[in-house]
Amino acid sequence: MRRRKFLGYAGAVTAAGGLTLLAGWWRVDGPGAPTPPGTRPLPLTKMEFKLTDHEGQTVGPETLIGKPTLAFFGFTFCPDVCPTTLSDISGWLDALGEDAERLNVVFITVDPERDTVEIMEDYVAYFHPAIRGWTGSADQIARAAEGFRATYERVPTDNGYTMNHTASVFLFDAAGDFVSTIDYHEPREFAVPKIRRAMKEETTEAT
Amino acid sequence: MKQMLFSVVAGLALSLGTSAAHAGSDAVVVEDAWARASIGTSRPGAAYMEIRNRGEEAVTLTGLATDLAEMPEIHRTSTDDQGVSSMAPAGDIAIAPEATVTLEPGGLHVMLMRLQRPMMEGESFSLTLVFSDGGEMKVEVPIRSISARGPED
Ligand SMILES: [Cu+2]
Repeated sequence: MRRRKFLGYAGAVTAAGGLTLLAGWWRVDGPGAPTPPGTRPLPLTKMEFKLTDHEGQTVGPETLIGKPTLAFFGFTFCPDVCPTTLSDISGWLDALGEDAERLNVVFITVDPERDTVEIMEDYVAYFHPAIRGWTGSADQIARAAEGFRATYERVPTDNGYTMNHTASVFLFDAAGDFVSTIDYHEPREFAVPKIRRAMKEETTEAT
Repeated sequence: MKQMLFSVVAGLALSLGTSAAHAGSDAVVVEDAWARASIGTSRPGAAYMEIRNRGEEAVTLTGLATDLAEMPEIHRTSTDDQGVSSMAPAGDIAIAPEATVTLEPGGLHVMLMRLQRPMMEGESFSLTLVFSDGGEMKVEVPIRSISARGPED
């Protein structure tokens, strides 16, 4: 796997001279754009954090190895983006039908102060049953976000506080390698094929 | 039938007659309003709609009122090129003649802060839009499920 990747890079370097224009497009406007250099999430195997899922079980990045994974950050007090993302994901999972069982789907809170295990349990129940809710200490949430290269920030409001946060959905293959993100506002017809692609890498891996 | 037609015409005449002062906002039509159900009252709710200005003058939406929430406000969610979403009060919303402002998930939304009661799926609430010319418009907003994505699926 690692060797194949290395050859891939070597090939890309050789071709780079002739393909500068194309590569530029790819990075600036094309499908390469959502993942700027240096912001690529670590492989799950390189992440280290310990959280609790909405059923009270201890979980971490290792929990996600073996199946392709969809993960995203949010918080249950979020009125707009988070329920919309969870509904979108529920729609993609419905579109995948039984194949949805071959995926891990995790919603990690960036607001552990309010999002206790009980609150997460209550909240995820309104969406597709495959969606797991993860919470934990502020410190462990910070470590998780760092691994995913996700950011979040507490912002005071007249009514308490809200959270700014990375709203993209992260896709990993079954080996835990980052595949791509599905960005907020990305047309729905792109999302399901991206998930299928991550699942296909699982089958390639297995053979 | 004739009688019904008569009362419609009368109603129209009445509204034209009394509201010469707010000709601008009288030309506003709201369509496809919907809101998401809430879990209890501790979290803010959100509502969406299309606000269409059919008139020939610009109108400005300056405020909201409802007995459902103590602090109803128009907010704008924006997502930067790093994929980070944030939300802030949108301030006054100017609607040009013949233009439509769309409140939809991930963009402008009615943020319902300090809910006075839970928002229950299948129910509705009334929301008053207040315009800079003094005109007001009452909209009945149906409440859909928490996982709803639009005015209808
Ligand atoms: Cu808001």
